[in-house]
Amino acid sequence: MSSPSLVAVVGNPNCGKSALFNALTGLRQKVANYPGATVERRTGPLLGNDHIELVDLPGTYSMTPRSPDEAVTTDVLKGTFKAERRPDAILCVVDATNLAQHLRFVIELRALGVPMVIALNMTDLAARERINIDASALAHKLGVPVVETVAVRKKGLQDLKEKTIEALQMGAPSTLYFGASVRDYQRAARKIAKDVTLSEGIGHKTTRVLDNVLLHPVAGPVILLAILFLMFQAVFSWAEAPMTWIEDGIAYLQTGVNDLLPEGWLLSFLSDGILAGVGAVIVFLPQILILFAFILVLESTGYMARAAFLMDRLMAAVGLNGRAFIPLLSSFACAIPGIMAARTIADPKDRLTTILIAPLMTCSARIPVYTVLIGAVIPNTTLFGNWVGLQGVVMFTLYLAGIIAALIVAAVLKRTVAKGKAHTFMLELPKYQTPRLAYVLTGLYERARLFLRRAGTIILSVTILLWFLASFPAAPEGAASPVSYSLVGIIGGWLEVIFAPIGFNWEISAALVPGMAAREVAISALGTVYSIGGSEEMVEAGVRAAIAANWSLPTAFSFMAWFIFAPQCLSTIAVTRRETAGWKWPLFMLGYLFALAYIASFITYQVASAIIG
Amino acid sequence: MNQEQKIEGEATGAADALVALGTMKPGMFGHVIAFDTTDIPDIDPDTADRLREMGFAEDLEVEVLHQSLIGRDPIAVRIGRMTVALRRREANIVKVQLV
Repeated sequence: MSSPSLVAVVGNPNCGKSALFNALTGLRQKVANYPGATVERRTGPLLGNDHIELVDLPGTYSMTPRSPDEAVTTDVLKGTFKAERRPDAILCVVDATNLAQHLRFVIELRALGVPMVIALNMTDLAARERINIDASALAHKLGVPVVETVAVRKKGLQDLKEKTIEALQMGAPSTLYFGASVRDYQRAARKIAKDVTLSEGIGHKTTRVLDNVLLHPVAGPVILLAILFLMFQAVFSWAEAPMTWIEDGIAYLQTGVNDLLPEGWLLSFLSDGILAGVGAVIVFLPQILILFAFILVLESTGYMARAAFLMDRLMAAVGLNGRAFIPLLSSFACAIPGIMAARTIADPKDRLTTILIAPLMTCSARIPVYTVLIGAVIPNTTLFGNWVGLQGVVMFTLYLAGIIAALIVAAVLKRTVAKGKAHTFMLELPKYQTPRLAYVLTGLYERARLFLRRAGTIILSVTILLWFLASFPAAPEGAASPVSYSLVGIIGGWLEVIFAPIGFNWEISAALVPGMAAREVAISALGTVYSIGGSEEMVEAGVRAAIAANWSLPTAFSFMAWFIFAPQCLSTIAVTRRETAGWKWPLFMLGYLFALAYIASFITYQVASAIIG
Repeated sequence: MNQEQKIEGEATGAADALVALGTMKPGMFGHVIAFDTTDIPDIDPDTADRLREMGFAEDLEVEVLHQSLIGRDPIAVRIGRMTVALRRREANIVKVQLV
């Protein structure tokens, strides 16, 4: 018993594999209500038994993979996946509300000759739909143990653990042969399902009723747009109060440090470097959490698949299909999971196109940049009575600009570098479910932790480095602009030559470089530069006020335009390199985004300058 | 295997009375009788198996529930206990006996 036994958790998409995996291992794998939420394998030891290791695999409909995520599963099961040995047993998860469909895959797996246990999952939903299944009859027909479970309520887990251990000890059951074609499997599955189902059930009425509204040809798209609009309004207006608290807290600390320490480099390091820099980013935690809350709720209700249905026509117009909308919507949170979620797309060309346009969807790291800019130059007034904030509308417009640019770029790519034949759209629409508060909170907690860790590591270290470069060499006594004598000032001065035509001063030019590490850093960098520069507004009211005082309107607009396209962070480039297996496409992505950003900012700056003067 | 091909062949032969799923309007329903890719130009024959894997099967009740506003495509259909979204072109593989 030196190396632990490996048990693979498999099943059709969206049957609750990851929820069961989490319940059995105590890990926090992402759980959502749409097919294709898991695109990677993830392993973890069984709670209370170190001799068994579970591996959660992406869902697949059959042993014939249709997309890269499904190929992971089938390769692992066949033992041909290079980074993972062949599983010693299979824990096959079956949706009790849709037995005939899910059994087809079980039957296909039975030919593999591997020990197997079946988790008849979602038995609570089945009971609610008045479906009654004879689990022991099912076990008898399939020749393997069947355990009734409710993964999200942790029901049936103990029994499942025991049966899995037994199955591992007993070895493979004799293989059952049900035929060779999909059709044979389907027939056998339906026959077995029919024999063990005691009552057929009434179907999921809520889903039918909701779909009548949410998939309505007119109301459907209107509601989708309204949800997105509400999301961006909320990011702006709901976060206002908590952001003020954090801002006040940082200002209080800065004042405290200023009172405590004597004038000198230590004070500057703490106040201008760490507090002004990292603080400028931490302020955005509430906004990022609100955005994530929206996306988590959308993912767990089952609406994502509906959004894909509603968007299919539009996506088809640019040569993609509705399925690509799910990774793109996820990219609003962060492009990295978005790019990875593209693995669910069957066609390699469609997948490549989706990866390449994912950075155009405004990720949450750009929220600080937009918020600061909007706060600095757009008046906080309301439109249409008191209902809609102007700042929220501008935010929505910036997001919309990203989406439209993404669609245009996709259309161009599909006609040039990623040319290929039109591919189809086929997607199971899952039943609606009330989002589980515990999952949303876990998701938010994970996100907050990641964000603060980023702020404490990458953003902190880049800020410290920047503070150093912005402070030395020191300026002569009484210089009007002390930072311009420092290394940052010198480098910013060089870069300004490139960026002057798009209206960026040397401070902005210098802030763009650390912005490559993480996009929020552009804001913390500006915070540090203006703080050391002795901008009174910066010390009093933060980077927003410093920008309002120092930038012209065309420059601010140009900066916003830059960040719609802004070449992505290093992590995005790294994940693109991994997903496309080479440097060709990440470099292409970097090049085209830089070119678009420059052109868009140039036009914005020149036009705005001509109008405003 | 042989026998099954024959059954599929027979069903196609009697396709006159059948309607392709992709031509149905929302609210229309019936039973799946056969899968046939031969009358759809340039389609991957494997698509029929994909439809089966998504839950389409002979004798199941099928109903068109929704369609997109523009071009009335894609459609959402109820097949057995499931709801599946697909485009009309692929839906045409599924031949339906209307009720």
